[in-house]
Amino acid sequence: MIDAPAIRTHDLAKRYGSITALASLTMTIPRGDIFGFLGPNGAGKTTAVKLLLGLTPPTSGDAEVLGASIGDRDALRRVGYLPELFRYQSWLTAREVLALHCELAGIDRAAWQREIADALAIVGLSDRGSGRVGTFSKGMQQRLGLGVALLGAPDLVVLDEPTSALDPVGRHDVREIIRALGERGTTVFLNSHLLSEVEQICHRVAIVDRGRVVAQGTLDELLGGDTVRVRATGLDRAAKTSLAKYGQLDDEGDWLILRGIDTERVPELIGDIVRLGGRVYAVEPRHESLEDRFLRLLGQPN
Amino acid sequence: MLAITIARLQLQELLRRRLFLVLLVLTIVVIALTTWGFSRIPSLGDNRPRPITEVEIAAVASQLLILVMFMFSFVLAFSAVFAASPAISAEVESGIALAMLARPITRLEYVVGKWLGLVATVLIYAIPAAAVQMLLVRLVVGYSPPHPLEFLVFVIGEAVVILTLSLLFSTRFAGMVGGVSGLIIWGLAWMGGIVGGIGLVFENATLTHVGTVSKLVLPTDGLWRGAVWSLEPASLIAAARAAGAAAAANPFFAADPPPPAYVAWCIIWITSMLALAVWSFTRKEL
Repeated sequence: MIDAPAIRTHDLAKRYGSITALASLTMTIPRGDIFGFLGPNGAGKTTAVKLLLGLTPPTSGDAEVLGASIGDRDALRRVGYLPELFRYQSWLTAREVLALHCELAGIDRAAWQREIADALAIVGLSDRGSGRVGTFSKGMQQRLGLGVALLGAPDLVVLDEPTSALDPVGRHDVREIIRALGERGTTVFLNSHLLSEVEQICHRVAIVDRGRVVAQGTLDELLGGDTVRVRATGLDRAAKTSLAKYGQLDDEGDWLILRGIDTERVPELIGDIVRLGGRVYAVEPRHESLEDRFLRLLGQPN
Repeated sequence: MLAITIARLQLQELLRRRLFLVLLVLTIVVIALTTWGFSRIPSLGDNRPRPITEVEIAAVASQLLILVMFMFSFVLAFSAVFAASPAISAEVESGIALAMLARPITRLEYVVGKWLGLVATVLIYAIPAAAVQMLLVRLVVGYSPPHPLEFLVFVIGEAVVILTLSLLFSTRFAGMVGGVSGLIIWGLAWMGGIVGGIGLVFENATLTHVGTVSKLVLPTDGLWRGAVWSLEPASLIAAARAAGAAAAANPFFAADPPPPAYVAWCIIWITSMLALAVWSFTRKEL
């Protein structure tokens, strides 16, 4: 099914005894999306990935990957995966690891050489292809793992914390690789707790906490416009309340915080405050970051 | 068939790792030393009036060969346990298995591939090592065991039995736990065989049953007895037969080869344990 979403889950849950790793995951990821799956450590992100790849069976609920049920062989052929715990056979060379995964993925043998050379070039390991994996640094092994996940131009690439072992240059490289995948129409499922990274590259995100999705949507939907902080005195309660038409209002005494306000309306807002008898000392426009939103959703003080 | 891919990978791992190299070097040293020892047998009678006879040479050589081959089977079983018990668990713990099993490969193919790779390693080591040892003994003292091919089948069968059990353990336990358990069970089965032999000597049904049950539960000792039988010249078996049942308790003696039904049981045992390993790993949460 070519028009089926890349991933669709319905009430997907996983419990280990009395511990709930994933409570109820319902989401749909369209084809071609760069999807960020966010959450604090232990939120159930890796569990969700393992369920989607058929590495562990769900306790309840169901899911489809590339239009097929979980663990379907044909679907798995079109999925690339970089595990959070990335390790490859230390006694093999990088090229041999890639060849092994070409074989496991059922890629036509005639294409192996090109696939392997391309993968090594994309992740910047072209000159280390003949090196034993055992001699690689962690960062190089993670690059190799990313190369493994890209073999055979998969329709869906699942990356579980793909930059955990990388330096800033490596992180930048990975962002560029993910962007390129998106431009090619590949769906990317990015598991991460690096919010700035997700904010830079993802179209859509879901935020999970303690095994539940607490918010999901496009970044615009989730961040919902801008925030402006105004320091003004001389406004009574009724005056302040009347300002709520500009956005969600938080009254912090002298400071008024308006979330979700259209920036074009800020001058109008200030005009209103003055008209209501207020004296304005400061106006601070602020773009709410994913981190602010994330912390707010998780109930942490900002 | 992806099982072959996994088998090749497993074989490649064992051949590239140091364990195999160490085993190979030590085996060559042991073969060299034992061959020198065997070459001294014909001169054993030099200090007495009557020179050593051909029958005596055959008797001494066969006994020594059984001891050497017991050590060989012991090393083979040990190595099989140490190679098999981390074969799956180490890949699960390290995460190597995650990337592989997210590919379109079934757990059945993965486990059977591991098993095939381990069995291939045993064959690659055991056949040349045993063959070279037997050939050298023949060269230096002119003694050949009566059933060399059967010997290979039994001794390799013993290694495959313990290897399959260790692989089953490897689907659930860490390498160290599986390895130690495998060796303890192997030792228990060996002692069970001796206990059963003692039961025969004293006509004690309980002890005999212990031996029989242990031979069925873990067929390593039963197969070892087959290997011993393959190495014994007819004259030795005749002499021991004359001595009566007393020889049955000797772990380095067997009057008869294992019956075909027992060999069939060993095949069923190995197949069942492998099936159990597949089942266990299929249900394993990664």
